[in-house]
Amino acid sequence: MDMKVAKKLGLKERYSLMTRDLAWDTTYQPMDKVFPQTTYEGIKIHDWDKWEDPFRLTMDAYWKYQAEKERKLYAILDGFNQNNGHLSVTDARYINVLKLFLGSTPPLELMAARGFSMMGRQMNGAGPRVACQMQAVDEYRHFQTQIHSISNYNKYYNGMDEFAHQQSRMWYLSDGKSFFDDAITAGPFEFMVAIGFAFEYVLTNILFVPFISGAAYNGDMAAMTVGFSAQSDEARHMTLGLECIKFMLEQDPDNLPIVQRWIDKWTWRGTRKLASVGMMMDYMLPKRIMSFKEAWEMYVEENGGALFKDLARYGITIPKCFGQTIEEKEHVTHQSWIGFYMKPQATPFHTWIPTPDEMDWLSEKYPNTFDKYYRPVLEHLDAQEKAGNRFDNKTAPMNCQVCVSTMKFNEPGDPMEMCFRESIYNGEKFHTCSDHCKEIFDNEPEKYIQTFISSHQVLQGNCEPEGTDVNAADFKPGQNMLDYWKLDKRALGDFNGSEDQKNFAAWREQATKN
Amino acid sequence: MTMLKTLAPYEVKSRDAVENYKGRQLLYVNWERHRMFSRPFVLALPPETLFSVIVDQYMTDCFSYHPDWKQIDWNTVVWQNGNTPFTPDRDKSLKENGIGHKDLIRFRTPGLDGIAGTGY
Repeated sequence: MDMKVAKKLGLKERYSLMTRDLAWDTTYQPMDKVFPQTTYEGIKIHDWDKWEDPFRLTMDAYWKYQAEKERKLYAILDGFNQNNGHLSVTDARYINVLKLFLGSTPPLELMAARGFSMMGRQMNGAGPRVACQMQAVDEYRHFQTQIHSISNYNKYYNGMDEFAHQQSRMWYLSDGKSFFDDAITAGPFEFMVAIGFAFEYVLTNILFVPFISGAAYNGDMAAMTVGFSAQSDEARHMTLGLECIKFMLEQDPDNLPIVQRWIDKWTWRGTRKLASVGMMMDYMLPKRIMSFKEAWEMYVEENGGALFKDLARYGITIPKCFGQTIEEKEHVTHQSWIGFYMKPQATPFHTWIPTPDEMDWLSEKYPNTFDKYYRPVLEHLDAQEKAGNRFDNKTAPMNCQVCVSTMKFNEPGDPMEMCFRESIYNGEKFHTCSDHCKEIFDNEPEKYIQTFISSHQVLQGNCEPEGTDVNAADFKPGQNMLDYWKLDKRALGDFNGSEDQKNFAAWREQATKN
Repeated sequence: MTMLKTLAPYEVKSRDAVENYKGRQLLYVNWERHRMFSRPFVLALPPETLFSVIVDQYMTDCFSYHPDWKQIDWNTVVWQNGNTPFTPDRDKSLKENGIGHKDLIRFRTPGLDGIAGTGY
């Protein structure tokens, strides 16, 4: 007699067993009390079963694929490290890209992991709950692999070992910290728009595709492999964010204005965060793959624009900031790099003036703006540096109360004017860098009056050894900042003349000559 | 009326309230059309600080790196507190000049538009 074999379960059934079948309705307590965060933002959900889980098709193979990717990744990292891969990059300047990346990205991946773990707990529906948990695992994996891929460089170059300490203290890392603090203290639905949508779309596309391709162009196989391994997850993450938006919009028409406000807010916050990634592409990669402006046009204007067209059927309109971002794509990377160049004593990475041929590349990529507004300044600073008068602005900067960027952006329509906006709340003045940041502040001032602004903390005396009297005649704000930040003195200053530059040249000489 | 969406009432204090500065107040200073400094700088000073100290000491320390600094004709400088025009009295204090906590002093130097007229 033939053996009776049970029919193999279909994809849909397996997904159902592994996700929604694990959920139950509570009996001792009402569901609303168990999931209080799903209602207080004002989002109305009538039927959680309408959630179309973007993970459903990959759920079954997820662990297998991720494990396979991990094995390949670590094989490449090992090979890179054993072959002194740190000497095969184009130029020691490139390593500063990794220093900036290390401080600004893995800690945010960790925050994303925390956030998705929290939101997974708060979503009153088994589909999104499982999807959030899976994304939390991915984010944690990104956090770890990014650090692992850079750890090899840390054996040889300065300024990388205190990134975790610096993340919540350093001025230039405050914008990313603020971005995630803002998102993680929002409700679960806003978090999904902030991270699942704006961060994954606006940021990771540009960070993990053109920037990581730039890593490959510069001979960094470790960063390239991590970037591409991460980007295949990001595609799934974006789908989760987008599904959450569609789900909210399909559930109730009252959700539309709330979601629109979040899309406006987080697209802008993501844009501000991108300025430093663009600076890496335009100024810090010795061998460039494309300009930030080109990347912006491809990934944001074209891809993002198509996405908003797709959402238009729900009544969503293009974010209000879109026009300003198109204008700013010509300027932000130059403004940011000059901003970093002027603070040689306050970053754990080096800065420099681009070489003449690099300036020619910038002229070609930015024909409307570079020669008119930025080349003369860079050439002036270069001449000063060569004359032994390197720019070192020791003053503490003013920051935007919302995005926490230093105030370096121009007034829309006039590249020569600085942009300042001001709000008064409870009798106190609050300054913002743009109309969009001002609008975000004015909508929820209670949230942003708590913003951590590094330069203000210095002046309050919070970065000094205990017992320091800020009113003492000899008190100099900032004199203990290097200790407070745990900055490695060898990592400071201009690239030219740095220990990294000398060591790289000496080691490469040894590696390529007898 | 609170606009912050929370599960329960939530008392929020400003991190930069003037009382956190132990008798001093914050002051921002920006030289318009000289973005080489890329941002206003910020100080915490007693409200009794004379305006001349701001100009002669703090502004000079920060801005004198710029070749335009020496060329400023101080009689033509145009001052603003935020977006409001004002005329500071060098010999009076911040308080007497009506400059409060977190005010942004902006000054324009007509004819001086930064390196090669770039606004930097």
